[in-house]
Amino acid sequence: MNPESNAGKPRLRMVGVTKRFGATVALAGVDFSVNAGEVVALVGENGAGKSTLMKILAGAYQPDEGNMWLGDEPYAPRHPLEARRRGVAMIYQELALAPHLTVMENILLGMEPTRGPLINWQEMRAIASDAMTQLGRPDIPPNAILSTLPIAQQQLVEIARAVAVGCRVLVLDEPTSSLAQADIKHLFDLVRRLKARGLAIIYISHFLDEVREISDRLTVLRDGRSVGEGLTAQTPTARIISMMVGRDVNDLYPRSLRTAGEAILEVTNLAGRSKPRDASLTLHKGEILGIAGLVGAGRTELLRCIFGLDAVRGGKVKVSHFAGDGPSSPPRRWKQGMGMISEDRKIEGLALNLSIADNMTLTKMPVLVNVHRQTAEAREWIKRLGVRCRSVKQPIGDLSGGNQQKVAIARLLHHDVDVLLLDEPTRGIDVGSKAQIYHLIDELARGGKAVLMVSSYLPELLGVCDRIAVMCKGVLGPAVPVSQTNEHQIMLQATGAMEAA
Amino acid sequence: MSASDSIAPVSGEGSSRWRRGYALLNQLGPVVGLIVVFALFAILRPKTFLRPDNLQIILLQTTVFVTAALGATVIIISGGIDLSVGSNIALCAVVIARLVQMGIPPLPAALIGISSSVACGFIIGVLVTGLELSPFIVTLGMWGAIRGLAKLLSDSTEVAPPLTWLNNILRQLPDDQKWMIFPVGVWLMFLLTLFVSGILHYTRFGRHVFAIGSNEQTARLCGVRVRWTKLLIYLFAGLFAGLAGLMHFSHTTIGDATSTNGYELNIIAAVVIGGTSLVGGQGGVKGTLTGSLIMSVVANGCTKVDMPNPYQEIVTGGIIVLAVVLDRFRHRKT
Repeated sequence: MNPESNAGKPRLRMVGVTKRFGATVALAGVDFSVNAGEVVALVGENGAGKSTLMKILAGAYQPDEGNMWLGDEPYAPRHPLEARRRGVAMIYQELALAPHLTVMENILLGMEPTRGPLINWQEMRAIASDAMTQLGRPDIPPNAILSTLPIAQQQLVEIARAVAVGCRVLVLDEPTSSLAQADIKHLFDLVRRLKARGLAIIYISHFLDEVREISDRLTVLRDGRSVGEGLTAQTPTARIISMMVGRDVNDLYPRSLRTAGEAILEVTNLAGRSKPRDASLTLHKGEILGIAGLVGAGRTELLRCIFGLDAVRGGKVKVSHFAGDGPSSPPRRWKQGMGMISEDRKIEGLALNLSIADNMTLTKMPVLVNVHRQTAEAREWIKRLGVRCRSVKQPIGDLSGGNQQKVAIARLLHHDVDVLLLDEPTRGIDVGSKAQIYHLIDELARGGKAVLMVSSYLPELLGVCDRIAVMCKGVLGPAVPVSQTNEHQIMLQATGAMEAA
Repeated sequence: MSASDSIAPVSGEGSSRWRRGYALLNQLGPVVGLIVVFALFAILRPKTFLRPDNLQIILLQTTVFVTAALGATVIIISGGIDLSVGSNIALCAVVIARLVQMGIPPLPAALIGISSSVACGFIIGVLVTGLELSPFIVTLGMWGAIRGLAKLLSDSTEVAPPLTWLNNILRQLPDDQKWMIFPVGVWLMFLLTLFVSGILHYTRFGRHVFAIGSNEQTARLCGVRVRWTKLLIYLFAGLFAGLAGLMHFSHTTIGDATSTNGYELNIIAAVVIGGTSLVGGQGGVKGTLTGSLIMSVVANGCTKVDMPNPYQEIVTGGIIVLAVVLDRFRHRKT
């Protein structure tokens, strides 16, 4: 591939792309382009039209108006396979791989090299190794079973699949959402490597610091329109955010004056089946306590053990005046005034085809359900939290991620819990909803609620919490006031570098 | 933060028109289907099919079906399945027939019969919740085991006890009782349908059934006692299989261990045609009533157009496959 021949001519160009679903205009004449050897970030709130635009690019949807060119040729894929054949590859947030097959089978799935009716394993191995070498990871064996690899390497396999078929445009949709810090760095190295090889890369992310680090140019979508475009280096973050939300977002992290009251949750030497190994903490009324750590450090397991979702091997959990002994179970915790939001609301947290009202009131359902009252209560919460929906009887699966999360939080408020366990409460939701959720958490703490929050996004923890404790390999460190710590310090503790030093 | 300055579609990809279409299909589809098959046979055989006593027969046949299908609906909404329901109906009928034959008064005989079905439901519930086995496998095993037990109790023959008032529950009304319009059993079936519909929509138990079927892990997180609720569901279904067994006995006047062969599939088909998803979390018993009527009308109509038995079975089988295809189609979006 000769870079000069492409000079001044975009690898991919989308002009005036419009897509309507019934009366809703999802995309209203979007222009977008990406050059060879360039990383363009596509940013915007959920519902802004990013995924619709990418689905059109990938051939899953056909545009109602507008044109696309791939190099000099018109490009109008009728289905995803055609898009792949033309060299447009998508890496979605949720990996689309077969966990029981080997790395090489996954890389060449659907286009296995054959010799007659049989699979040519030799060639398969060669192609797979070549692809992995191009990605700078020849150490991953082609015959390893995919599910035995860590998630970051599985993602590599998916990228290798794109590279193996000679893709020319690569779309990465929220690629870092399930990666730990070190893996994100590796991914970025890889993106730079692919860029240097002349690939055109579209990078979609909610994390503006990632966008800043990896992209050359960015395009901002809002309400189905491209509202801004520019070189990343020349666009300040505040400007990007205001383009995204259509207004200025001051104080993304609000912090009102609040005073911690009496202790309401005491965890002593808690140990689960494998994680956590040893965790002790005290949470006070009116306090937000953050738990930092790497993915896999045992933070989620800690919350699950506290809430009675996972079996506990040792230690004590004492909630307000209730005695800390006896087996813990979610029904018991709800009764004691504790509620939890899990890290993946779709798997565990929301019943997607049930109504908003049912989801919201599930924990506190009277033996006989008064539908009128239930609806009225749900409406009240929807109004207070600004959930965007048509009706409280709408299935919750219809809502965007941010609105779903607001309903999940409304459930805790409806139950009127005193202790909130929040596991990655802002994962995968847009900036506008994030800000609303931060405000809400702040308001709750001011009102005397106690919040225990796990997050992988350090600026968020530092912005929201009063104290932060770091978890490393299943052991929870002491909680330190945010004023006495910083990102660097936390990373040192999280990676275990403190012990070594 | 105001949300008013955004016009982004609520559903992300703006599929609301499709959704509304699906919702309409879900609600009206079964009724339209019933009207279509009914009209078809009414046109083909206006003289025989439309006769009042034939319609009465269809209703009587449906009653056994619907009663059992009510329990099956609750199970399927919770994400489970019951393949043993046909055997369970037979067991109850055989037990009642045997007891009446032995001279035990009708009421205790009926109660003991129904209890035996509830006991089967209990065993299934314990296996599913206690050992965390898949309901498909458990009830497949019970399908054979209960049928075997029924054969054992009936010595593999038809048990034909003397007629008692039990047999009046579901038989064509004599002329002096025409004012009732339908026999007691049919009225009972309608009442039970309303009862289960009420339970599903207006009680905590009912909402928990939906929650478990929609997302069991979520239900657990929200403090739903998942095991306890599931056990109740299978007990509940056992009770309805027992009631269906009583009606079956009333209608046929005998206890025959093999008479309800294949009912389980027809019942599941009726539930699914009625709009209850095999995936769980969606559905209701009003649809089940319609679905059961469709199955009965087709069965009866096929006889009326003199379709040979093998063809009838092929048609029924086709409908079952069609029901599952419809289920896939209807619930693909969520």
